[in-house]
Amino acid sequence: MHIDPLEKKWIYVVLAAIALFLGVIFYTAAVRNIHPPGHIETVDSASLHLGEEFAEDKLGARAQADGSVRVTLVAARYGFYPRDIRVPEGTPVTFRIASADVLHGVHVPMTNMSTMIVPGYISTVTTSFPKPGEYPMLCNEYCGMGHDHMWSKLTVVARERWNAAE
Amino acid sequence: MIDSGVRKLALSHLWVAFGAFGLASVLGLYQVLERSGVITAMQSPAVYFASVSTHGVLMAFVLTIFFIMGFGYVTAVSSLKTPLWNPAFCWAGFWLALAGTGLAALPLLIGRASVLYTFYPPVQANALFYIGATLLVVASWLWCVVMIVMHGQWKKAHPGEPVPLPMFATTANAILWLWTSAGVAAEMLFQLIPWALGLAATVDVGMARTLFAWTLHPIVYFWLIPAYLALYSFVPKAAGGRLFSHELGRAAFVMLLVFSLPIGFHHLYMDPEQGAGFKLSHGVGTFLVALPTLMTAFTVTASMEMAGRQRGGSGLFGWIGALPWRNPMVLAGILAAAMLVLGGFGGIVNASYAMNAMVHNTAWVPGHFHLIFAGTTVIMYMAIAYYIWPQLNGKALCSDKLPLIQLWSWFIGMVILTTPWHILGLLGQPRRISSVTYNSLLTLAWEPYELAMIVGGGVLTASALLFLHILAKSQRQSVTEQSFEIEYAEYFHPVTRVPALLNGFTVWNLIILALMLANFGYPIAQFFLVKTFGSTGWGY
Repeated sequence: MHIDPLEKKWIYVVLAAIALFLGVIFYTAAVRNIHPPGHIETVDSASLHLGEEFAEDKLGARAQADGSVRVTLVAARYGFYPRDIRVPEGTPVTFRIASADVLHGVHVPMTNMSTMIVPGYISTVTTSFPKPGEYPMLCNEYCGMGHDHMWSKLTVVARERWNAAE
Repeated sequence: MIDSGVRKLALSHLWVAFGAFGLASVLGLYQVLERSGVITAMQSPAVYFASVSTHGVLMAFVLTIFFIMGFGYVTAVSSLKTPLWNPAFCWAGFWLALAGTGLAALPLLIGRASVLYTFYPPVQANALFYIGATLLVVASWLWCVVMIVMHGQWKKAHPGEPVPLPMFATTANAILWLWTSAGVAAEMLFQLIPWALGLAATVDVGMARTLFAWTLHPIVYFWLIPAYLALYSFVPKAAGGRLFSHELGRAAFVMLLVFSLPIGFHHLYMDPEQGAGFKLSHGVGTFLVALPTLMTAFTVTASMEMAGRQRGGSGLFGWIGALPWRNPMVLAGILAAAMLVLGGFGGIVNASYAMNAMVHNTAWVPGHFHLIFAGTTVIMYMAIAYYIWPQLNGKALCSDKLPLIQLWSWFIGMVILTTPWHILGLLGQPRRISSVTYNSLLTLAWEPYELAMIVGGGVLTASALLFLHILAKSQRQSVTEQSFEIEYAEYFHPVTRVPALLNGFTVWNLIILALMLANFGYPIAQFFLVKTFGSTGWGY
C-alpha cells in the first residue's frame, strides 16, 4: 500500500486535532463533571396529575436543603407550567420536567438551559444563571399547530430578593 | 458505453429526483416568506407545517434516494464496463419507489402528515404516509442488491484485480444504506405502522427516537458519498489532472462506512432516554468520522494543486487561480469544499455537547445541515447531472454559461440563507416555528436576519428552477452527438494491487456489527428491561 509522506503528515495533524477536541470533552466530563442530560427515569405521562412529583400542587421552584433550587415543571400544549418561574441568580438550579402529551423541547436563549422533553421520561437538567433579568423559556421542538405559542417566563432575581415560597 | 436501457433507467430516476427537488425548493421559498411574517395574509401554521414536512421528505428521501439509485446504475455500468445486472429487477425498484413516494405524498400534501420528515411520535400521521415512506426505503434496498451483486460478479471475473474506485465507493454506499435504513425500517414496521393502523394502542417514544437516531446520522453519509465520488473521480479529471491518492481514497470510503454508523446519539445529546456514557461513546465516533472527510479534503486539494500547476499556476496560491473555474465540475468542487469547511466548523460545535446545549434545536441546526446537505451535497449532484446529462442523452448541454450562473447562484443563495440562520440560532431562535409570537425584546434582534433569509430563499429557488430549465432544454435539443462514455480520473500513483481489506467489505461488515452491538445493543435492550410507558397517538 502506498501512502505519500506528505499525506502521512497530514493524517497525523488531523489525528492530533481530533485528539485535542476529544481530550477537552473528556476533561470537562471527568474533571469538571459536565454531562449531557440523560438519567433514564421513566414516568407515565398520561397520569402525571395522580403522581407524586408532577401533581399540580407540587410544581414550581422550591429551595432545597443544600441551598440549591429545584424547579418542577409540566410541559404540555402550549406552555411550561407553572408559566411564571422565579429563580435566584448564581445558584445551582435543577429543572425536573415531564411532558403531559407529546414531544417538547425547552431552551432559555443565551443560556445552556436546554433539554428535550420526551413523553414517558423525566428530563433533568442543572445549570445556574449568572445574570438577573427576564428570560423567555421557549419550546424548541415541533409539538403541534400551536407550537409557535409555547413559551413561559423565567425571571432571574438577585439572590436576596428571591423568596423560596414563591 | 452506456446502453439505451440503462440511459432510460437512469434518466427516469434522475427526473423524479430533480422534479421533487424543484417542488421542494419552491416550498422552501414559501417557508422563509411565511416565517418572516412580512405578508400577514400568508400566516398559517397548518400550511406551514405541511410544507415543512413535504420539503423535508422530498429533499431528504425522494431527491436523494432516486438520485443515488439512478447515478449508481450509471456508475456500475460505466466503471465496471459490464452490462446491468437484471434490468427488470432495477425497474421494479423504480416503480416501487415511485409508488411509495406517491402514497406518502397524498397525506403530506393535504396536511394529514404534518409530522416532519423525522416523524416525531406521538404526533401521529395518516398510516398511508408511514407505509409509503417504508415502501420507498424497501425499494432502495433492491438497488443495494444490484450494486452488491455487480460488485461481486466483477470481482469473481477479475480475481486479484482492484475493483475500480467509483464502484468500490458505490458498493460501500449500498452496504452503508442497508445498515443505516435498518433503524428507521424497524421504527416503521414494529412501532409506527401498527400504531397508526390501530393495531397497537401506544408507542414508546424513547425507543422510536433511539431507532431513528440509528438512521439519522449515517443517512447523511449515504447522501454524501456520491458527492465524494465526484470529488475523487470527476473533479481532478475535469481540472486536467489526476487523482493524487487512490488507495487512501478507498480507505476513506471504508472509514465513512464504518465510523458513520455507530454515532447517531449526537442527535440525542439533550434527550432523557439515553445515558451520558453512551452519548460520550457516540460523541467519540462523531469526531472520528471527521478523519475520512479531512483525508478527502487533502487528496482532492492535492489533485487540484497538481492540475493547477500543470496549467501554469505558481506560488503558494497561484495554482488556485489557474484552475479551469469555467468548468462546472471544477467550479462545483471548489464551491462544495468552501461550504464543507463552513458547515464542518458548525458540525464540530454540534458534536461537542457542552456547546451543543446552546444551539440545540435552534435555527443554527437547519443552518448547519443546509450548508452540508443542500450546499456541499446538492451542488455536487448538480455538477454530476451536468456531466452525465450529455452522456445519457447524447446531446451537449444547451449552454456553457448557464450552468456556471446556476452553480454560482446556488452557492451565493446558500450563503445568504445560512449565515442569518446560524446567527438566529446563537440569538436563541428555535427552529421549526411558523411565526414569532414571544412577547420578548429578544425577538427584535431576529427581524433583520429573517428578512435576509427571504433574499437567500429567492436566489436559491431561482437557481433551482434554472437548473431544471438547463436539464430540460438540453434534453429537448434535436442535435445528437452520440457519446455515451463516462470517464473517471486516472491515478497519480499507478495502481498495481491493493490490499484485500481495501477491495472488499466482509471484514468491515463484521467490525460494523461489533460496533453497532456495542453502541446500540444495550441502549435498545434497556427499553425491554425497564418499565416504560408508551404514548397514545396525538393529533397536531
